[in-house]
Amino acid sequence: MPKVMMKVNGAEAAAEVEGRTLLSTYLRDLIGLTGTHVGCDTSQCGACVVLVDGQPVKSCTAFAADLEGAEVTTVEGMTNPDGSLSVIQQAFQDYHGLQCGFCTPGMVMSTAALLAENPKPSEEEIRHYLEGNICRCTGYQNIVRAVMAASGQDAGALAAE
Amino acid sequence: MHNFEFVKPSSVADAVAALANGEAQPLSGGQTLIPSMKARLNAPEVLVSLTGIAEMQGVSRDGGALEIGAATPHATVAREAASHFPGLAGLAGQIGDPAVRARGTIGGSIANNDPSACYPAAALGTGATIVTDRREIAADDFFQGMFTTALDEGELITKVRFPIPGASAYAKFLQPASRFALTGVFVAKYASGVRVAVTGASEDGVFRWAEAEAALSSNFDAEAVAGLSVPANGMISDLHGTSEYRAHLVRVMTQRAVRAAS
Repeated sequence: MPKVMMKVNGAEAAAEVEGRTLLSTYLRDLIGLTGTHVGCDTSQCGACVVLVDGQPVKSCTAFAADLEGAEVTTVEGMTNPDGSLSVIQQAFQDYHGLQCGFCTPGMVMSTAALLAENPKPSEEEIRHYLEGNICRCTGYQNIVRAVMAASGQDAGALAAE
Repeated sequence: MHNFEFVKPSSVADAVAALANGEAQPLSGGQTLIPSMKARLNAPEVLVSLTGIAEMQGVSRDGGALEIGAATPHATVAREAASHFPGLAGLAGQIGDPAVRARGTIGGSIANNDPSACYPAAALGTGATIVTDRREIAADDFFQGMFTTALDEGELITKVRFPIPGASAYAKFLQPASRFALTGVFVAKYASGVRVAVTGASEDGVFRWAEAEAALSSNFDAEAVAGLSVPANGMISDLHGTSEYRAHLVRVMTQRAVRAAS
């Protein structure tokens, strides 16, 4: 089987893959980064979103063999160099932006992609951008608050639903 | 998913050679193909990735036309077409969700011709030219019904050339679970007349609404189509909407597109 090399969270990774090996399988089963969650495995829930060359990608819907040489960031790569939580992660904790936590890795990575593109998104822009990430606990209100806080905005002033 | 052999050529010529094997299929962004393979609706023996072919990437202006490499992701079109052709950029920015837009490509969407996909409406609504490895196909000849196109076996779309309209817009009534169009209408105004293409509605896939085109060509105003309607017969009917509802949406979304373009 061919060996596929990527840079994952800044470190070189390599693993032998089949054609059908998904990026999510590569990350979780082959290099042991289980922070990326596979929710639906049908491209609908967004729990498995990681960054590939800075772009949000559903890791269950990309083949590892197609990503030779890619730079991948997973939730494990989100902490600060000293191991403390990043601003986004801390905001999710502070504002209780998770209930069961299963969707959280995807939420955090999509938030990272959003804030890289749009550092001060409005509430509407946040809700629109996160539409591909499903929280089955329906904890969206606090997730949006967390993203507002992570972008340095007032998290208390959400529009009434 | 059944296993397959994965190949990743770096030129169109090598991709076409790899596709000459009858068991091979092209893989672009994979946002439709990979879920289909997981569901075992599709089981190619060889997948030919198009993501490493530089000549199939990018957005470029050529006089009055915008050329888009077939393997260009939706997110890139949404960003790079915005100053040249905002109607098309707006459509690309409404496809799926951000992660789908980062991988899914224009060529994949057009080649698949899903009856509810967005891009076929832009291609047909502008009279775009579908450029393949061996010929150029007018959009009017390309789309031949649900999931059916003029492409031959092993033929590869390399780029799509859009004549840039004076005004245009895409109005999409979102099916919020799939993020496809329950009904979407692309309206484009040219000196030669107005084109109106509808996706998501017909059992035959994307189509032009000739009556609305005639009315809007003489008066580019949403009120010009207020009294028009399309027959419900032949419209898609499913748990998301009846054929009558979709026929109604065709007019409503045409009016919204005209207002957005005006």
